[in-house]
Amino acid sequence: MIAMGSVALQEGSALEGYRLTWHIANFSDAISQYWVYFVRSLRNGALVTIVGLLLAYPIAYWIAFYGGRFKSLFLFLLLLPFFISFVIRTVSWSFILADSGIVFGTLKDIGLLPERFRVLGTTFAVVAGITYNLLPFTILPLYVSLERIDRSLVEAAKDLYASKTEAFRKVVLPLSMPGVFAAILLTFIPATGDYVNAYVLGGPGTAMIGNQIQLEFLRAREYPTAAALAFILMAIMLVGAILYARVLGTEEVTT
Amino acid sequence: MSVIAAEARVEAAPAPARSPKKRWTRFILPTYSFAFILYLCFPIFVIILFSFNDTQTGFGTAPRVKTTWVGFTTVWYRGLFDIPDLTVALKHSLLIAFTASLTAAALGALLGLALARYRYRGKGATDFVIFLGLSSPEVVLGAALASFFVSLGLTRGLGTLYVSHVMFSIPFVAVTVRARASGLDRSLENAAMDLGAGPIVTFFKITLPLIFPGVLAGWLLAFALSMDDFVISQFVQGPATMFPTWVFGATKVGIPPHVFVFATLIFLTGVVLAIVMLLVSRRRTV
Repeated sequence: MIAMGSVALQEGSALEGYRLTWHIANFSDAISQYWVYFVRSLRNGALVTIVGLLLAYPIAYWIAFYGGRFKSLFLFLLLLPFFISFVIRTVSWSFILADSGIVFGTLKDIGLLPERFRVLGTTFAVVAGITYNLLPFTILPLYVSLERIDRSLVEAAKDLYASKTEAFRKVVLPLSMPGVFAAILLTFIPATGDYVNAYVLGGPGTAMIGNQIQLEFLRAREYPTAAALAFILMAIMLVGAILYARVLGTEEVTT
Repeated sequence: MSVIAAEARVEAAPAPARSPKKRWTRFILPTYSFAFILYLCFPIFVIILFSFNDTQTGFGTAPRVKTTWVGFTTVWYRGLFDIPDLTVALKHSLLIAFTASLTAAALGALLGLALARYRYRGKGATDFVIFLGLSSPEVVLGAALASFFVSLGLTRGLGTLYVSHVMFSIPFVAVTVRARASGLDRSLENAAMDLGAGPIVTFFKITLPLIFPGVLAGWLLAFALSMDDFVISQFVQGPATMFPTWVFGATKVGIPPHVFVFATLIFLTGVVLAIVMLLVSRRRTV
């Protein structure tokens, strides 16, 4: 009970910090000045979620259905990179993708790529970086829901003359939807709020809303603006999550 | 790894085998999966490889990691603690991770137990707060905490770091412990009470040992989260620096190779710990 009280107090009073800066002007200013970043963040978040799902589904499917007794080993291998701090992982990508780095430098030396070709500093690099960093959040819910599917259902479908593709489309895919929904939620929210990838891998014109919040807060010390931005971001996420939960039923989102 | 790969492929082969005409398609998924795992681990190989890169620069300038391979050296491993700031940052990280995760484990365990056990007023609200803590973007949490500290007039430093880390870890521990506690048989506690044990004795002799695996898992999770946390730390750290925030600060200037050395060492420790845990848990279940 004490614990509960302390959590409620901490989070509740964190919100009170906003209340002190409750001037409506902050909000309208924040929106008019920063809507580009909001749009860009939401677009990047959506891209990351879609790409992540497309990348993660096949491997989650393969491990869940054909992993056999190596399932836990494969999961371990998948999670292995995440023992390293994500800042350092991102830095490592900035290395790999560097203009004269080990990949593009070599390709340019051979002459496969034009000298001016670059990835670092583009939206592509930012989206790829966020996708990479969030892959565990995409894979694990998918894996859990796929693992739970009763194999005999797939066999029943095949006995009823469904082809392999049909069995997948009509049985496996619908049954794995809870995992897909959870993965979307777990990937989209942090992806939209991320600013480390945009900072390390991005360039001019790729900054996201997180970058602006961080700048306003830590560089410019514009606390009210930063708080207003953070509040708007949270409100968007919350409304989104609640709508999402409404549509799908709360159980699938919270469990 | 290649041995495992080969074996796994044999494992995978019989299941999807259909007509011989379609044979080649069954290699698509396994091949994709291994390519995927390679892709995931690629940055780690790069980090480990480049921690041995011999990047001597000119006079006066501190060594920086280079994007090209120069030569093999172990000099960075020998001069591990050459950068005092980095060492201090690492110490801060370890200190905060250790103390905050222990506190969060204790508080989160009680919260998880309360959520699994009792119905009380405000339970829905608690659930909601936990959901909020787990689902809001880190920037928002960081900014919220920072504005909270600012509005209280607290100077930011190790103290605020500790409080913040405890706060963001509690929901994770609570969820882990709740999962464990909701499957518990209450009659065990009732039996202890019937046999004359008071509530405190019952808690320590019966309840705590039963939920302990959940608490341990929650603690490890909290430790890992705290070590890895960057966003919230950056907002609440003030003048103190943590390992990830120090690295972030150095990205635009150039990173000394020592960072990669530490990353490699932390990575190896994590891997060894994970393997030990895996072996221990396997022995217990068999």
